[in-house]
Amino acid sequence: MLDLAWIIPVIPAVSFVLILLFGKRMPRGGSEIGVAALAAAFVLSCLTAYQWIQRVEDATGAHGALSAFGRGLRASTGEEVVVHPVVHGFTWFQSGGMKFQAGIQIDGLSVLLLFVVTLVSLLVHIYSTAYLAGDRRYTHYFAALSLFTTSMLTLVVAHNTLQLLVGWELVGLCSFMLIGHWWEEQPNSDAALKAFFTTRTGDIGLMIGIIVAFFAAGQTFDIVATNQAALEVAGGHTIWLVAASCLLIGIIGKSGQFPLHTWLPDAMAGPTPVSALIHAATMVVAGVYLGARVYPVFWEGFSISAGGVNAMALIGGITIIIGALLAFVQDDIKKVLAYSTISQLGYMVMGLGVGAWTAAVFHLFTHAFFKALLFLGAGSVSHSGSHHSFDMKRDMGGLRRYMPTTFWTFMIATAALCGIFPFAGFWSKDEILVTAGQGGFTFFLWVGLVGAALTAAYMTRCVYLTFFGEFRGHGEPHESPRAITVPLVVLAVFSALAGLLNAVPFGIEKFKEWVEPTFAFPHVVHPDFSYAWASVSVIAALAAIAAAVFWFVREEQLGALRGLTGRNRAAGAAYTFLENKYYLDHLYTGVVVGSIKGPIARAAYWVNQNVIDGVLNGTAYLARRAARFTYDVLDQGVVDGAVNGIAAQTGEAGGLLRSVQSGRIQRYALLLFAAVGVLSLGLYVFN
Amino acid sequence: MNWFDSWALTLAVFIPLVGMAVVLFIPRDEETALKTTALVATAASLAVGIAILFRFDYDKSGLQMVVDKPWIDVIHSRYHVGIDGISLPLLLMTMVVTVGCVVYSWNHFPHPHNPKAFLALTLLLETGMLGTFVAQDLILFFIFFEVVLLPMYFMIAVWGGPRREYASLKFFLFTLFGSALMLLSFLALYWKLGTFDIVALTELGGGELVRSTQMLIFAGMFVGFAIKVPMFPFHTWLPDAHTEAPTVGSVLLAAVLLKLGTYGFVRIALPVLPDAAREWAPWIGLLAVIGIIYGALGCLAQHDMKRLIAFSSVAHMGFVMLGIATLTTFGINAAIFGMVAHGLITGMLFFVAGSIQERYETREMSRLGGLLTQAPRLGWIFGFLCMASLGLPGLAGFWGEFPAILSSYNPAAGVSEVTFRAYMVVAAIGTVLAAGYLLWMLQRVAFGTVKDEFKDLHVHDVHVPEWIAWIPLILLIVALGIYPNLIFRVTDGSVGHVLRAFGG
Repeated sequence: MLDLAWIIPVIPAVSFVLILLFGKRMPRGGSEIGVAALAAAFVLSCLTAYQWIQRVEDATGAHGALSAFGRGLRASTGEEVVVHPVVHGFTWFQSGGMKFQAGIQIDGLSVLLLFVVTLVSLLVHIYSTAYLAGDRRYTHYFAALSLFTTSMLTLVVAHNTLQLLVGWELVGLCSFMLIGHWWEEQPNSDAALKAFFTTRTGDIGLMIGIIVAFFAAGQTFDIVATNQAALEVAGGHTIWLVAASCLLIGIIGKSGQFPLHTWLPDAMAGPTPVSALIHAATMVVAGVYLGARVYPVFWEGFSISAGGVNAMALIGGITIIIGALLAFVQDDIKKVLAYSTISQLGYMVMGLGVGAWTAAVFHLFTHAFFKALLFLGAGSVSHSGSHHSFDMKRDMGGLRRYMPTTFWTFMIATAALCGIFPFAGFWSKDEILVTAGQGGFTFFLWVGLVGAALTAAYMTRCVYLTFFGEFRGHGEPHESPRAITVPLVVLAVFSALAGLLNAVPFGIEKFKEWVEPTFAFPHVVHPDFSYAWASVSVIAALAAIAAAVFWFVREEQLGALRGLTGRNRAAGAAYTFLENKYYLDHLYTGVVVGSIKGPIARAAYWVNQNVIDGVLNGTAYLARRAARFTYDVLDQGVVDGAVNGIAAQTGEAGGLLRSVQSGRIQRYALLLFAAVGVLSLGLYVFN
Repeated sequence: MNWFDSWALTLAVFIPLVGMAVVLFIPRDEETALKTTALVATAASLAVGIAILFRFDYDKSGLQMVVDKPWIDVIHSRYHVGIDGISLPLLLMTMVVTVGCVVYSWNHFPHPHNPKAFLALTLLLETGMLGTFVAQDLILFFIFFEVVLLPMYFMIAVWGGPRREYASLKFFLFTLFGSALMLLSFLALYWKLGTFDIVALTELGGGELVRSTQMLIFAGMFVGFAIKVPMFPFHTWLPDAHTEAPTVGSVLLAAVLLKLGTYGFVRIALPVLPDAAREWAPWIGLLAVIGIIYGALGCLAQHDMKRLIAFSSVAHMGFVMLGIATLTTFGINAAIFGMVAHGLITGMLFFVAGSIQERYETREMSRLGGLLTQAPRLGWIFGFLCMASLGLPGLAGFWGEFPAILSSYNPAAGVSEVTFRAYMVVAAIGTVLAAGYLLWMLQRVAFGTVKDEFKDLHVHDVHVPEWIAWIPLILLIVALGIYPNLIFRVTDGSVGHVLRAFGG
């Protein structure tokens, strides 16, 4: 299956075509094709993962480790064992005498993503059959989901950056289609356009970064070759710094990093399962995936081994904090989760920036489960609890009594997100922080800790408003149907347990063994587990939860703090600043886009019509004057027979043709060619 | 099959002309006979084209199926035609699009109707276009190049919109002006180097010509071709011509006529005068990237769909010219891919714009909206084309854009790297603007709800002739996007061969 992994992206592609052609005529509107295809893709992904693990274990000589999982076999002690990725390809195109391939690169990282993408996608497919039942474009929705899965898997298995770019842009298209799924309403299509433009702005960087890396690596898009070249610093440090900086811009656009994060909250206009799959678990981590995939480029470009501060860690760190702060002022549960996603993606990017490759990828893995679960939980609430509303303050509250499954799974996901021991998020977040501390990035360790506390606090607010207190909505809230709750439970299991895959204090480092590349890869730090920092981060989270409970519950019950923002000017100003999302949207939509679309475009067009065309019309006027003069000199009775032959066929346009017959066209033509004759004669004479 | 090799190109080029002659002899009331004749003629030409595809030797980089016969002995001009990997994709694209045009016209003849004249002009146009792509003699090239002008002029002037007179005259004079300078350059080459033969001139590669003369001759050709492309600042005829032209006229104009200019650069200007090309390359590149940004800004200011698509051509052809200006095989391969992709995609966009206009009798985007609710299939096709046009990977447009941007990182030896790297960044920014104007157009036309004035209008979704005309183009856009080697494999060797003066 390792060699045949290309089949996995092909399956949903076939499903896309089938749904497009036959979906509307199927009894379940094509959803059955999608679910079946994803089930098959998931099974094959598991098989691929199994075989990859065997390949690693064979190489490291740790037979039976799979069955001995959890007993803490540390296989890769001793001399370093290199496990090569499985690479296959075919000639995609040739140009300039070079052949370029498309194909697959299967290694721990791509296997991990294959598993995550197919699993979450499968669950989202199942969930959607209930959530979108009766939707006006049910079939289109499933077709788009299939197309998305294909594109994402193409990106994941790509063995070269160009193919990765293709998948990258195609997932952007699917995101556009699905955010704008209900395009009758203007805000939805606006959000779709915004997402596409913003990510495409980042793609300028991605494209140029790919091009620079292409030349730096000796004219190849191949990922392994690029990584090797980067490790050898072929062509000098500067070119890799340029490549890394440009690629970082692409990551910023796609993975919702500051300052291009503004599209992600708006993207919540799409159906909720889409938010879970695309805007939380998979597509938005494409940027992080890129960072992990060509990590040596960043490692060398940003000199990560030197510690200190670099652009990647800084962007990630800023994003953690600004995302978390914005999550506090949202009343829409999906927006809270969207800002939380931004903040968590910040952890991953910062993790890559501080050299915590394994931890960042680990966090990508755990985050996919608990964040997808949170979104699907929010969807379940709106589907069965709050009458299709996402407003926590107006339409929710007290739902824990009506929707126990949704509530408990949501709680598990929240615990995972807040980094409470022993849930999944604890392990991965903690590892990022510890690596930052031991890799010489102390500042970012503190940023991460503050972020962790903020996360715990806003999630407490969110959970409280949704599930506790009195029900404020209308109608009869009830638990969601099976198709919704089963995916929730499955994800809850992963959210609770996935972290144990790399539970360092228990001696389990499966991520390091199975996922971390051993070929063409820098020597990243693998920190020892620190009980001190682990307790600090858990205590910080718990303290933040306690503070938030005190704050929000008291606010609800006593109103002691209500109106603080109105009474205190500083608090009011801060609140307004947050409520306006740091005014970034005003800057982008109003100033940048507004001026390009408005005055700049109009000015360019004015120049076009009045200056460039003015010169032309002026010339034409002068030519006419000259022609009138020539008319008296030259005989104008030149009438083209062929022209008249056709002209006679078109009697209706007589008025126009009269001008032709009267010789106007011929006159110009004659004039021009007379000029050519004179000029060429001149050239002939003078040479 | 030897007779095929010596007759294929002549047949392909002149079958439409024969068709036109037949059309002229059919009474104008016999519409079905007229339409059938035109369809048979274009389809027969396409059939020859497909046969050429099978007969073509893809491992050979030089000319194939060559015919070289005396023609005008006085000036040593010969009937020299031949085809290589550069011509082949363009030739086939032209044939497919023209058949599509005839099918599309079936029930769509614009006011003042008159299918006889319209089809006769279409057929004449096809001969001119195909001839340009196979001619290997400058005079022969020039004649085909000019034959194209007249039918298009009449198409706009007779079947055009309200400002057709201004637009058609502007189109005619503008291009004629360019042609005059081009002819001047051709004559200068003849007097200096003693031949009109493109192959021989390529062998000479400028010969003993002094630098200043080369520069001047190149400049003449540059203006001639750049007007046709059209490059900034010679583009102002294009929006007017497109806005006023009937649908089929717009399609052929965008799909094929613009390529005559870029083809001229690749086939004649660059290989014949390589030293001058090297000198001019940064300036051509500059105009190309100005065109990319400027065309996009022009698009953003438009209210009329067709005018917007016309401006988008300026931007897209900017990418093509950027690829050409790098003087590298990589860049010119991208340029040829870009030509074909733009021909298919923008041609299709004009088809769809025409169909929208036919249904709503307006192209004002502020009045349109909710196309997807009234004619969902048409709306989805339109959305697909917008995505293709903005260069989405997986569809044909991408393979014209990205490799062109890539090639400008590393232009041919003797051309400033720094300059072209700056162009690369500007061109990359242009891709975002492209997304901007295309998606805003899509949003205004297809999304949202139908405006009140069209609420009760019965809108027919895509009908049969439209499907027949469009499906091949749509399939090609997808196929070329997924497997770009379909074109790169064909062009790569020939481009390297023709441009050997630049060292690959």
